[in-house]
Amino acid sequence: MTRDITLSQAVNEAIAEEMRRDETVILIGEDVAEAGTPFKVLSGLVEEFGTDRVIDTPIAEPGFMGIAVGAAMTGLRPIVDLMFGDFLYLVMDQLCNQAAKTHYMSGGKLNVPLVLRTNLGATRRSAAQHSQSLHALVAHIPGLKVAMPSSAYEAKGLLKAAIRDDNPVVIFEDKLMYQDKAPVPEEEYLLPLGEAAILREGPEVTLIGTSSMRQVCEKAAEILEADGIGAEVVDPRTLVPLDEGTILGSVRKTSRAIVVDEGHQNFGVTAEIAARISEKAFYYLDAPVIRMGAMDVPVPFSPALEDLTVPTPEGVAANARALVRGVPVHAP
Amino acid sequence: MPRDKQANAEAYLRMYRQMVRIRAFEDNANQLYLNAKMPGLTHMYSGQEAVAVGICEALTDEDRITSTHRGHGHCLAKGAELKLMFCELLGKEEGYCRGKGGSMHIADQAHGNLGANAIVGGSAGIATGAALSAKRLGRNYVTVCFFGDGATAQGLWYEVMNMAALWKLPVIYACENNGYSEYTSTDEVVAGSLTARAEAFGIEAHQVDGQDVLAVNKCSTELAERCRRGEGPFFMELETYRYHGHHVGDINRDYYRSKEEEARWKADRDPIINFGRWLLSEGVATKKELVAIDSEIGDEAAAAVEYALAAPYPDAIEVDMHVFKGVEHALPYMSGARQ
Repeated sequence: MTRDITLSQAVNEAIAEEMRRDETVILIGEDVAEAGTPFKVLSGLVEEFGTDRVIDTPIAEPGFMGIAVGAAMTGLRPIVDLMFGDFLYLVMDQLCNQAAKTHYMSGGKLNVPLVLRTNLGATRRSAAQHSQSLHALVAHIPGLKVAMPSSAYEAKGLLKAAIRDDNPVVIFEDKLMYQDKAPVPEEEYLLPLGEAAILREGPEVTLIGTSSMRQVCEKAAEILEADGIGAEVVDPRTLVPLDEGTILGSVRKTSRAIVVDEGHQNFGVTAEIAARISEKAFYYLDAPVIRMGAMDVPVPFSPALEDLTVPTPEGVAANARALVRGVPVHAP
Repeated sequence: MPRDKQANAEAYLRMYRQMVRIRAFEDNANQLYLNAKMPGLTHMYSGQEAVAVGICEALTDEDRITSTHRGHGHCLAKGAELKLMFCELLGKEEGYCRGKGGSMHIADQAHGNLGANAIVGGSAGIATGAALSAKRLGRNYVTVCFFGDGATAQGLWYEVMNMAALWKLPVIYACENNGYSEYTSTDEVVAGSLTARAEAFGIEAHQVDGQDVLAVNKCSTELAERCRRGEGPFFMELETYRYHGHHVGDINRDYYRSKEEEARWKADRDPIINFGRWLLSEGVATKKELVAIDSEIGDEAAAAVEYALAAPYPDAIEVDMHVFKGVEHALPYMSGARQ
């Protein structure tokens, strides 16, 4: 049985279920307790679990990130709430030099079972320091797993798997999707990290979309269907590990691929996935692999400008049409 | 000898042995570097032995420490074995971290050592987090965060000290002030006093002669006990001196530190020589006994070096192991191979 719940409720349910199941799970971050975060994602948790387990911190991202790393090394399973993905820059030493490397540097003796929950996504009119999609930064660092839920269903299942994982996992939720509803099972479920999903089948072009770009790809597929073009939509769900098998299998079938992601295009996730397709499915391709990331400018404030920076269903559909018809593509 | 005096004597001799062991380890490590038998560089703890030993003598295996790039002393004082440490310094499979960490990342979980850290001040959060675990899980251990005067310039320490004070965490911030922040005199980089910085957060601060192992041990024993009673956190500033340069390759250092100053500390304030003299004057040990300890540990260290030199390197297959817990080989895993 399923019911429709918002992505925000899905996250809240995942955390509550895991905190009931395992009392070493704690929540730590700015305004996570009574405020329930600015997005109200965590509302109600402090009432159930108390301030010993839902811990409000000062505005000190490196500090609480470092504390979470030490707590994770000594028996707790912290879920760190980083209010905006843009604040990743503040925690990079503790995340990338400490959490990511502890297991390796200690030859497997120590480990850091923590989840860093944060967000991504532009078009909220929040300007350059509250709108970035910085998942490529952490996906670059060996020792971190990176999950990109694309709906309430993925958000719940991936977060529960991340909390039970014995390694640091960074989860990026699209902050514009918190109120979006999707069917989510009543009963408990987990989504394993490293398993992509094929959301729509089609013979002519593969659209690979992460996080909310999956929705963009699905809308593009509908537009293409009206044009008589069959598009397949793949959601990688996690960047690390990356389910290459599913992605390559789809591309070998369709012979065309567009990779869509909201991180900056240069040196980004779209480049990485496109490169793997080119390396491992080159002889199956009928056209170049197209990257569609966020425009390589800081995110502008003005709506007239901001909307130009993010891939759209129409843009994806236009590129797909050009690929299928053998016309040179100017992306994005 | 009365029983309590006997127990004290055992503790005194244990501290003496541990200080001698650290000095012997560092002398051998330095020699390995000079003879080009050690990969990379290392940072010598010689001169600071009384700090690590005085503090760790106040701790149990259950108590945690975090350490620094100058961490060999902390590691040995917390109970590590010479042989496995030399193996790690030489990148050998049998080392504490299977050769993956090296000098700057030795961790020894069995003795509560959460690891050395090559980012100056990088472990302040980890130590504070370990203290949060103790409090949250109802465990009675204390965490000591070792760091140098150089680390007091990092912002992280102030953030976590604030939270440790707010949450009354059982952590002791132990600042080894050896007078130099890498190649710069501490006077040039520290405004005001270090103890005042901790006190600004309402944290009780103590200044201790870091060359006097008994003074260090007395203060840390009291603070550890008070931490266990929920009175933490605390701050200790330990005045000490490093005999070598910032690292083993920092040999010509007249531009920031005079040879006369180094000679003065070695002659007047050596923690091992001075404690040895005290043991003799108190009748805890005879000259002959101390010489025997020195010589026995010298032999032990030499044997450990020989052992480590002969020990095998890790197999190439290990290079992508231990990236993720529960994943044997990271490279195929990251490309989606099912476990």
